[in-house]
Amino acid sequence: MPARPLLAVHDLAVTFTQRRRRDVRAVDGISFSLGEGSVVGLVGESGCGKSVTSLALMGLLPPRGVQVSGRALFRPGGGDAEVDLLSLPTRRMRDLRGRELAMVFQDPLSSLNPVVPIGRQVTEILVRHRGLKGAAARSAAAELLERVGIPDPRRRLSEYPHELSGGMRQRALIAMAVACRPRLMIADEPTTALDVTIQAQILELLKELVTEEGTALLMITHDLGVVAGLCDEINVLYAGRVVEGAPRHDLFRAPTHPYTSGLLRSIPRLDAPRDEPLTPIRGTVNDAIEWADGCAFAPRCDNYAEDCLGGPPDMREERTGHRFRCVHPVHGRAPGVPEPTATQGGDR
Amino acid sequence: MAARTQRIDRLAELTAARREEAEGRGVWREAFARMSRNPMAITGAAVVAVFIVVAVLGDLIAPYGPTEQNWGDEVFPNRNVFVGPRAENWLGLDNLGRDQFSRMVIGARQTLMVGVVAAGLGFTAGALLGGVSGAAYALGGAAGRRVDTVLMRVVDMMLALPSLLLAVSIAALLGQGLVTVMVAVGTAQVPIFARLLRGAMIAQGGRDYVLAARALGARRRRIALAHILPNSMGPILVQLTLSLATAIIDAAALSYLGLGNPDPSVPEWGTMLADAQRFLSGAPQLAVYPALAIIVTALGFTLMGEALRESLDPRLRK
Amino acid sequence: MLRFIVRRVLQAVPTLFGLSILLFIWVRSLPGGPAYALLPENATAEQREALRRAMGLDDPVIVQYGAFLGRLAQGDLGESLQTGRPVMTEFAMKFPATVELAVMAMVIAVAVGVPLGYLAARRRGGALDALVVGGSLVGICTPVFFLAFVLKLVFAEHLGIFPSAFRQTPGIDATRITGLFVVDGIATREWDAAWDALMHLVLPGLALSSIPLAVIVRMTRAGVIEVLGEDYVRTAEAKGLHRRTVRGRHVLRNAMLPVVTAIGLLSGALLAGAVLTESVFAFGGIGQFIYSATQTRDYPVLLGFILIIAAVYVAINLLVDISYSLLDPRVRVR
Repeated sequence: MPARPLLAVHDLAVTFTQRRRRDVRAVDGISFSLGEGSVVGLVGESGCGKSVTSLALMGLLPPRGVQVSGRALFRPGGGDAEVDLLSLPTRRMRDLRGRELAMVFQDPLSSLNPVVPIGRQVTEILVRHRGLKGAAARSAAAELLERVGIPDPRRRLSEYPHELSGGMRQRALIAMAVACRPRLMIADEPTTALDVTIQAQILELLKELVTEEGTALLMITHDLGVVAGLCDEINVLYAGRVVEGAPRHDLFRAPTHPYTSGLLRSIPRLDAPRDEPLTPIRGTVNDAIEWADGCAFAPRCDNYAEDCLGGPPDMREERTGHRFRCVHPVHGRAPGVPEPTATQGGDR
Repeated sequence: MAARTQRIDRLAELTAARREEAEGRGVWREAFARMSRNPMAITGAAVVAVFIVVAVLGDLIAPYGPTEQNWGDEVFPNRNVFVGPRAENWLGLDNLGRDQFSRMVIGARQTLMVGVVAAGLGFTAGALLGGVSGAAYALGGAAGRRVDTVLMRVVDMMLALPSLLLAVSIAALLGQGLVTVMVAVGTAQVPIFARLLRGAMIAQGGRDYVLAARALGARRRRIALAHILPNSMGPILVQLTLSLATAIIDAAALSYLGLGNPDPSVPEWGTMLADAQRFLSGAPQLAVYPALAIIVTALGFTLMGEALRESLDPRLRK
Repeated sequence: MLRFIVRRVLQAVPTLFGLSILLFIWVRSLPGGPAYALLPENATAEQREALRRAMGLDDPVIVQYGAFLGRLAQGDLGESLQTGRPVMTEFAMKFPATVELAVMAMVIAVAVGVPLGYLAARRRGGALDALVVGGSLVGICTPVFFLAFVLKLVFAEHLGIFPSAFRQTPGIDATRITGLFVVDGIATREWDAAWDALMHLVLPGLALSSIPLAVIVRMTRAGVIEVLGEDYVRTAEAKGLHRRTVRGRHVLRNAMLPVVTAIGLLSGALLAGAVLTESVFAFGGIGQFIYSATQTRDYPVLLGFILIIAAVYVAINLLVDISYSLLDPRVRVR
């Protein structure tokens, strides 16, 4: 990892404000960083603030009713100059988006404009950022579609999103994301809406693209299986905060936060004895308490003790690069939790 | 041990606040609760309430009879000068020397009747047509679809005429009169209700809970009446509220076309407005009062309808 | 695409056919029957009897309906009791005026409604939004004929800015080609005549546009608000496209789809509203003629005009459906 990361997020917080309603703090001070060409995962259940984090970094949160604070320092073009994505003027943000920063969304059907041909949706980004025109743009678009594994790309250019299969749509969206060889790509649950066999193909494609182009990837998912085969580093989110962050092997071998360890134990495993029950985490995300009152995970935690309610626990660092936010951490190797073999694709 | 109980209580307390927000209530109760906070709905309801009170208690409020030409001698000699508002006649006199305020107050009742009867007629006939059609389509298999096709062809025919022209042709058939206006305006609303209810029922018919009920062997009639219908009422109830406004406006248009109420002893806003057009340049107030009354009343119903639509819209729920 | 068009045309046929049956029944159920309805009120009993025989009212109903359809196929809808001219001729003479008026109203409604609805949606919850939403509700709730009267009183009679009646200043020397006066004026380069006709269109056009305007504003606003929340708009923003491109290609284009359907349905409201507006401004189109037909119980005109209007209305909605399928590729499949 270079001395300075490509993207360094410090204390990112997002609060949704609405008249006559209580403010909702969706992201509550998230910090993490991402090196040039690396793959970092943000993992958590729905409602933990992972999607909001990605939208905040892209500057895509609605302009009103949202308060964003913190810093997200990004080095465009991988150079020395740093910009803060959270405070950059809209005009400059528009120049970065699509060219330096790209994003792949969860639902490929609703993320494509239903009444504009696929080709047009690919060429418009080439026209905007690479200054291509007419036939040149079309053939560049066809090349891109071919690159992401869409057969017969010339014909696909004039087709509409509803004429493509789910996997093809997601490939088309990825083609748009890599069109300008961005430095950083954010993928928000890119495989959740797809069939399992297609999921593996899409992950394989993403991995291939980031390796070949040297693009850094921020992978946002609820699926530990997805990050297992893909990410160099993993950050686990709970109720708007990072509760544990570590290199992949570290995290899977020695989960320190009870939440992470619980997540790992709730994954069904082929090699486990058949009569061994799965151990899901108790309760739901709605059982969280405010961080100000104590650890938000306390109501669902097995290691819960009284001092868990003494205000927000600090982030601690044990070993290099293994951070966690817990008063009563799980120590050593979690019982019966070897690193899951990657369900999608091999090792990176 | 005591410490542990305390801790659990504290946790329960902290989680309870979150739980309350996440819990849902019944759709209608929730819709009503949301409406009672919506200024649009409150304004609309207030206007409608005033309108209904005036319509019901008109005889008690009106200081004079609607047909008494008490001040005829003040008007007849100089037909183009009308008496404006004054202490004894709050809204002045009409072209025949009758008290305009009393006529407006008494007129509210007829206007309400026209609106309610016409909208009710359109609602009942349309809901019947659309309900049978929708139930047949959703539950009746191939035969049901044929029933639906035939019924919808009839509805399409009615929709092939602009509603006011449909009303005009019905009115021409029945001759001039208040009943004509109600029937004509009501009939013109039928296809809208039919289409809306059918569409909603077909949409509901495809939902999982209906499949579940069928899989459990519930009878079709019961599924239609107990499951599909109640969940499909939203759009047509919204339309019913909006129709009350449309009916009052369309009735005024029919009156203007000379198809309205010919009986001068029963004042009605639409007829008053239509009649007053003749004196518009000399005495605009004669037209302005009934026009404003119609606009405000229609606005009241429309506001309520829109607020109801908003509060039932699942996309707007938070 | 062609199959789609053919199928939609074929679907319209039974509707119109059924309508002709309804209207046939309608005429036969008129008070006193058609023989009474088709004659002036002071006609003698012998005249009625003669007409009954002439119309074949003593034949079986099916035969009568067949004869009615036969005449219909030849474009014979009887004669107007007011003018004595064939109904078809009357319609052909008066239709251009109504077309010109309806087009004017629709142009006003779209030209004002779409931008206003768009701005209201962008500034949702602001003062402009409240004004637009409130204004459109008032517009829907105002009787068209009253609005027409007020416009005429204020802008024609008091201020004298616009003419108060007719399609053109009486006595103006203009060449007629299509019957659309503005178009004729431009085609023959008689600019004065075109301008004069346009001025005559302003007030009735405004009055007639009130309801379509209100509806289009509301639909545009609702459409834009909905589309702004769509994932594909977020995708477009994520691509860093210019604001212009995002709004034009991704937001407006999708938001306009329901408005296109509404324009078809609103054409019906325009034809009906023309009855009210034209009579206020003595505009001389089919609307005014229907008005006078209801006053004089001119049943052949009512029957014939309503049938033709239904056909026109169905044809307009057919065109709208077809143009909708050009705009939205998803409908073409089914």
